[in-house]
Order: sequence, then C-alpha cells, then structure tokens
Amino acid sequence: MIEATSATPSRSASRPAVAQGRLTWSGVALATHAVLLYLFLYLPIVILVVFSFTRDQFGVRWTGFTFEWYVRLVNNERLMGASLNTLAVAFVSTIVSTVLGTLLALAMERYRFRGRSGMDALLYLPIVIPEIVMAVALLAFSALAFDLIRLITGESLRRSLTTVIIAHIAFSISFVVVVVRTSLKNFDRRLEEAAADLGADGWRIFWRITFPLILPGIIGGALLAFTLSLDDFIISLFLSGPGTSLLPVEVYSKVRRAVTPEINAISTLMLLLSITLVVLSQSVQRRR
Amino acid sequence: MALNTLEQEQRRRARWRLAALLTPGMLWLVLFFALPLVIILIYSVMTNGPRGNIVWRFTVGNYYDLFTRSVYVNAYLRSIWISVLTTLICLLLGYPLALFIVRQPPRWRTVLLFLVLIPFWTNFLVRIYAWQIILANNGLINSTLAGLGLPRLNLLNTEGATLLGLVYGELPFMVLPLYAALDRFDFTLMEAAADLGASRPRAFWRVMLPMTMPGVAAGAVLVFIPTIGQFVVSELLGGAKVDYIGNLIQRLFLRSNPPNWPLGSAMAMVMMLVLLALILLYFRSTTEEDR
Repeated sequence: MIEATSATPSRSASRPAVAQGRLTWSGVALATHAVLLYLFLYLPIVILVVFSFTRDQFGVRWTGFTFEWYVRLVNNERLMGASLNTLAVAFVSTIVSTVLGTLLALAMERYRFRGRSGMDALLYLPIVIPEIVMAVALLAFSALAFDLIRLITGESLRRSLTTVIIAHIAFSISFVVVVVRTSLKNFDRRLEEAAADLGADGWRIFWRITFPLILPGIIGGALLAFTLSLDDFIISLFLSGPGTSLLPVEVYSKVRRAVTPEINAISTLMLLLSITLVVLSQSVQRRR
Repeated sequence: MALNTLEQEQRRRARWRLAALLTPGMLWLVLFFALPLVIILIYSVMTNGPRGNIVWRFTVGNYYDLFTRSVYVNAYLRSIWISVLTTLICLLLGYPLALFIVRQPPRWRTVLLFLVLIPFWTNFLVRIYAWQIILANNGLINSTLAGLGLPRLNLLNTEGATLLGLVYGELPFMVLPLYAALDRFDFTLMEAAADLGASRPRAFWRVMLPMTMPGVAAGAVLVFIPTIGQFVVSELLGGAKVDYIGNLIQRLFLRSNPPNWPLGSAMAMVMMLVLLALILLYFRSTTEEDR
C-alpha cells in the first residue's frame, strides 16, 4: 500500500498517452471498464449510507428523510457498549502491537543472527494463514490454558475482552513489522554514521535520528493495526466471552436475521471512521 | 589487549540489545500464535468424547473422515472451486483497472488509487451487508422490478450472491498489488515490442504479463487466502444453503451440540497445509525477480 502511492513523474512521461490515435479504442474500453468497476465498488456503499436516513422501517426503500435511526442508535445501550468495547480493544492492542512490532522490525532489519530466517517465517505466518485457523487455534489454546489455570490455582477464568486483546495483538504484530521494516529499508544509514562520527551515543542516535525518520512508518503500522482490530470479526466471534460484546459481532448477529435501518446507521458510522483512518494513514505516508 | 576487551564488551552489549528487541515480540508470537497452532495440530489426532470433550487417545480417524466422507470432501472442493473462481474473476476485473490507473497523470492516479484504498480499509462485514439491502426479497432491485410491473427475482441466498459478495469484497486486494507491479513496469518495452513487429496482444502476453507476474501472484494469494476460509459471505448472502469449509469449522467449534474440536482442528490443519503449499509455490515463482 505504501509503495503503491509513490508516483514517479519522470517515468509517467514515457507512458503512451491514451489520446495517441492507435490507442483510442483500447483506451476507451479501459476507461469504460474502470468507470463501471468504480460504480460496482461504490454503489452499495452509497446505497447503505442513503438508506441509513430513510423513514422506511425495513431500511430497504426510500420513504423520506429522518435522523431517527441515529438517535435510536445512541440510545441503544447494547450497541453503544459494544462500540466502546471495540474501541478499547483496538486502542490497547494497537499500542502493544506497535511497540512490540517496532522492536521486532529493528531487530530483523539491523541485526544478522542465527535463527533469523526462522523468525522471518514465523512473522509472515499470521499474515498468510486464514483468520479462521488462527481463531480456532486461539480458542483451543484459551480453553486449555483456562483448564490448566483452574487445576493449578483453582481460579476459573472465562473468555473476555482480555482474550480478544491478546489475540488481536498476536495478528497485528506481523503487519506492524512489515510496515516498519519498509521504512527502515528506505532509510539512509549514513545519517546514523554521521551522528556517531559527531560523538552521539547509540541511545541518542536512536531517539534523535532513527526514530523521527521511521515515525511515519510506525504511525502507518499503528493505523493499520487499529483498523485490523476494529474490523476484525472472526477472531472476535471465537474469542469474546458470552458477556462481552464487540461491535462487529453484534452487527453480524443482527444482520443474519434481517436488514434494519439501525444497522445501516451504525455501518455508516463505521464507514466514516474507516475513511478517516485511511486519510490519516495516507497523509502520514505522504509526508515521508 | 585493552582493545580486545573493548570489542568484546561492545559485542556483548549488541547481543543484549538484540535480545531486548526480539524477546517480547517473539515470546508473544510463540505463546499466542505458534503454540495454539501446535495445540490444534495435537487435537486433530485426538478423539472426541461423547460430551464434546477431548479424549486423549490417538486417532487418525478425523483425517480419515475428512478424506472419505462426502460431506467434507464436497465442502473442500466447493471452497477450492469458489476461491479459484473468485481469484480469476478478481484478476480479470482488476488487471484492466490497475492498468487504467497506472496510465493516468500522477494527480489522477493518486485519487483513483485512493478510491480503491477506501474499500480496502472498510469493514468487510459492512460492505457485504450493503449487498443485502440491494439483493433482499424486498430489496432495491426487487422493489424496482415490482415498480416496473416485473416479477420478483430470487437473488439473495443463492450461490451466485456468494460469488458476487466474494468478488466485491476481495477486489481491492487484487488491484493494489497489480497496481504496484504495473507501476514498476517500463511501458517503453511495449513500444519496443511493437517496433519489433509484435502485435499488441502478443506484446501483452509475451512482455507485459510475464513482467507483472509477481503482482498477479501476490494479488492471487491475497484473494485466495481469505476466500478459502470464509464463512461470513456464504451465510449472509448465500443463506448458508451449502456448506463451505469455513462454515463447517465454525459449526464444529461453536455451534454443534456436542462440539467436535478434534474434527474441526483436522479441517483447519488440512486447509492450512493446502494454503502453505500454494504460498511456497508463490515464493518460489517470485524469488528470482523480486526478492
């Protein structure tokens, strides 16, 4: 995603322009295809937003404008509680996974050591295995761990927000590592050498040179971790306990029954949050 | 001598620093990622008790069932089939789009790419749900049809709706790596191919496609992985009429009474092994050029 936005104007000059006579037909076809595909991508989202303001109680038809569903949403304690839980989980897991991921990225980029390639594989694995496999593995693990804890200490634990946070950190770390490593790779190490030549010690070099330069990468990684946690449904479904509800799980259990305008409204708000986050992450990375 | 000890001291410090950087994250991943995988690997060769408890008795019966009972075999085949189909459709739709974006002037390119990024960052569940509004029996399409005096169509809760939802959901994951690959591609090579007498289709097949293959492979992996394990789309849009492997795993762990964790674990293991094989293949195909 990061490299995708790096525009190189010099190279684009050599690209054949669509307007060049012989390319017109394929150019028109490509443009039409693109327009249709963007419509395909956005029409459902637009419809969702529009129908969060409809008076229709089934939320599938336009019968006039109303804010009623948003008002109901705010008064729906269950959904509000679930939203707060989701935000809390996302905050905690983002902070922990960003710190751990940044440390790992520094170790993997800056050191050569035995077992490095094995650790590399372990870091990529959470990205490439399907979420449901990770979800059932963590469910089995937590059940077994709770049994052991009961045997040893006599204390009986249950799945809760804590188990969800632990799981979210486990899958977010890898994504943070990937993003931070990219910014470490693009980093001019001569800056650090220059600082060392000028007499700065390691700690000072890190905080005054390295950290500020990789900060956009760290923030980018943190925003990705935050989004992943907010959006995660599968792991949350398997790992949240009976008493603790998370927003995507609530939405899922409602949506399975029917479309409601209230869900349209909460979906619209989630959409707004996602757009804010992607704008933030893009502007952070543009600053590099 | 003094220099020697200084060097040793420095090396010792570097080792400590490395340990401090690695230990917390690795510990977390080993404890909360690798160990859980080992546990379901062990569960997958254990026996399921009558109350859904784990009986610690070795068996290969779970794997035997997976490969012999048609319910499970069909679920695997169905999952692989719909994943292949989704990946192919995303590729066919995504490649021309990525090509279009790359050929725009830089300012437009940023905007167009941003429009692909938004769905990429948007909650999957929400985006799938949006299609329910459109496809439902009293939904947008059917109420429009009714308004025109035409008969209603049964759109929701079909396998077609599942495929549609999967393509819709995964398309951004295909477009982004394709864009990155096409952005690196030197388009003057196409002109060179034309100068040497190659027709445009031939230049595409022999020059552009091979050179953007890492992007195609990355996109395919990114689309294939979530699709093979999905159960949400087939429940919300497909109406859970047919079972994909994800639906079976979810049911065996969460909904069945009694649950069957050993069988569910075996299913997850087989799914993971199939995927890892594919991904190794992918890494092999890209090592020469890209890494």
